[in-house]
Amino acid sequence: MSIEQNEIAKIAELARIRIAGEQIGQVTERIAEILQMVEQLQAVNTDNIEPMANPLDATQKLRPDIVTEENRRDAFQAIAPAVENGLYLVPKVIE
Amino acid sequence: MQWEPVIGLEVHLQLATHSKIFSGSPTTFGAEPNTQASAVDLAMPGMLPVLNEQAVSFAVRFGLGIGAVIGKRSVFDRKNYFYPDLPKGYQISQFEAPIVGRGSFEILLEDGSSRIVGITRAHLEEDAGKSLHEDFHGQSGIDLNRAGTPLLEIVSEPEIHSAAEAVAYLKALHSLVTYLGISDGNMAEGSMRCDVNISLRPVGSGILGTRAEIKNVNSFRFVEKAIRHEIERQSEILDDGGEVVQETRLYDAERDETRPMRSKEVANDYRYFPEPDLLPVVIDDAYIQAIRDALPELPGDKRQRFTEQYSLSKYDANVLADSRALADYYEAVVAECGDAKIAANWVQVELLGQLNRDERTIGNCPVSATDLGALISRILDKSISGKIAKQVFEAMWQGEGSADGIIAARGLQQVSDSGALETIVDEVLAASAAQVQQYLDADDAKRKKLVGFFVGQVMKLSKGQANPQMVNELLAKKLV
Repeated sequence: MSIEQNEIAKIAELARIRIAGEQIGQVTERIAEILQMVEQLQAVNTDNIEPMANPLDATQKLRPDIVTEENRRDAFQAIAPAVENGLYLVPKVIE
Repeated sequence: MQWEPVIGLEVHLQLATHSKIFSGSPTTFGAEPNTQASAVDLAMPGMLPVLNEQAVSFAVRFGLGIGAVIGKRSVFDRKNYFYPDLPKGYQISQFEAPIVGRGSFEILLEDGSSRIVGITRAHLEEDAGKSLHEDFHGQSGIDLNRAGTPLLEIVSEPEIHSAAEAVAYLKALHSLVTYLGISDGNMAEGSMRCDVNISLRPVGSGILGTRAEIKNVNSFRFVEKAIRHEIERQSEILDDGGEVVQETRLYDAERDETRPMRSKEVANDYRYFPEPDLLPVVIDDAYIQAIRDALPELPGDKRQRFTEQYSLSKYDANVLADSRALADYYEAVVAECGDAKIAANWVQVELLGQLNRDERTIGNCPVSATDLGALISRILDKSISGKIAKQVFEAMWQGEGSADGIIAARGLQQVSDSGALETIVDEVLAASAAQVQQYLDADDAKRKKLVGFFVGQVMKLSKGQANPQMVNELLAKKLV
């Protein structure tokens, strides 16, 4: 399996990872190598095998529907870069 | 060309749990910003989700309510996108193995007929926070109180073909989930939010056209308007020989139009993968059976029972079984007064009429079902006429006490004392010599009409308290 530079650029954008223009060729090559290694696994016959959701052979424990958390807004907001009227402030997200 | 709309709805239903789906934070609506956001909800490093059993139980209850296949082994997945009201950078949702599989339920159309609509699936997920874009010095404000509130996303089959049917579907779903008690169904507080998928195809064609998705429509009325608008928009494009673009659109209620979402609001590649922080959820038959055993009577069954047990018309049964609260109220009235038909009329006409006028719901109705039943009993035992009963009801509504108390205090008891009635009848006849003569000269058919005049006069003189049946008997005896 090969991968193109434009695919790497798109994935990087979706993941909000900045890859400098001159590095993108190198990153693409490395990821292509990893994919080649993974490709070997494609040889294994996986018919009738249910995909594994988790490597632990266990199932989810459930908790009772009880409120256990107290309001700790002051502590959380003390380490936030900017807050106002109890809100966290972030760079504007709509044009 | 004639186009047939094909509509599928995705409803995000807030489940009525006390705490969030993956943390012990409260879910109360309307709290001060960020006072209900814990370290898990804020995605602090190292925090892990722990699944709320009640959310699972509610989802299973919904599945059983629509006769669906329950996913005995369901898996959570990460849906990845960046937005500041989603601090983890992914939403925990279910993709491959949802907890509720295919099912169906009955919807009631405006003409009183009903039909079955299929549900493709329903899955558990967490809600995001809220972004406020008012002017915070060019920044956005984030409130994470809602982040982590449990949602059940209910996906319909594309089997809906008009705006009216879409509204009927939502109303039936609203009725079902409130009957089941899994959501408060409060639309104004966002407990039921809707995405609409809509495409057009030539009438009679079996192939689906290209669809547009309209996001986040929050009321029945807006769903109807948004769909009507979108059908018009797409048919204009198709009539002109154009092609509909597959895209996500927003409904703008102020302008009554849909417009494409801005690119930044569209995340079109979610890169789902299994959530490594949660193990598969496995539920056994005993768990499902316990929930099944505790299911309440559902709207369709209740409508059916109302027509059989109380001999109600289909229409009456539909109105009275619309919500569980109203149905319970109606049955309590019947239990008190013993007459299902009169109880049905009073609940539908007087009670619902007053509730509408005062913009109240059955939940904060000032007259209890037992009190209304007691009032109807006074009509049935002929203590008061139906007309007087309306006055008494009005007084009860204003908080003046019970029916019996008001009847006694105002002296409204129907006059059934034949001596007293005879005096009034004699008085009326003496004062209406001309009409009496006219009556005596008339034939039988005309007499029937003319007698109404005398009854009216007697009622007027008795302030509506004369027993009408006895008045008629007395008049028949005297007008010879």
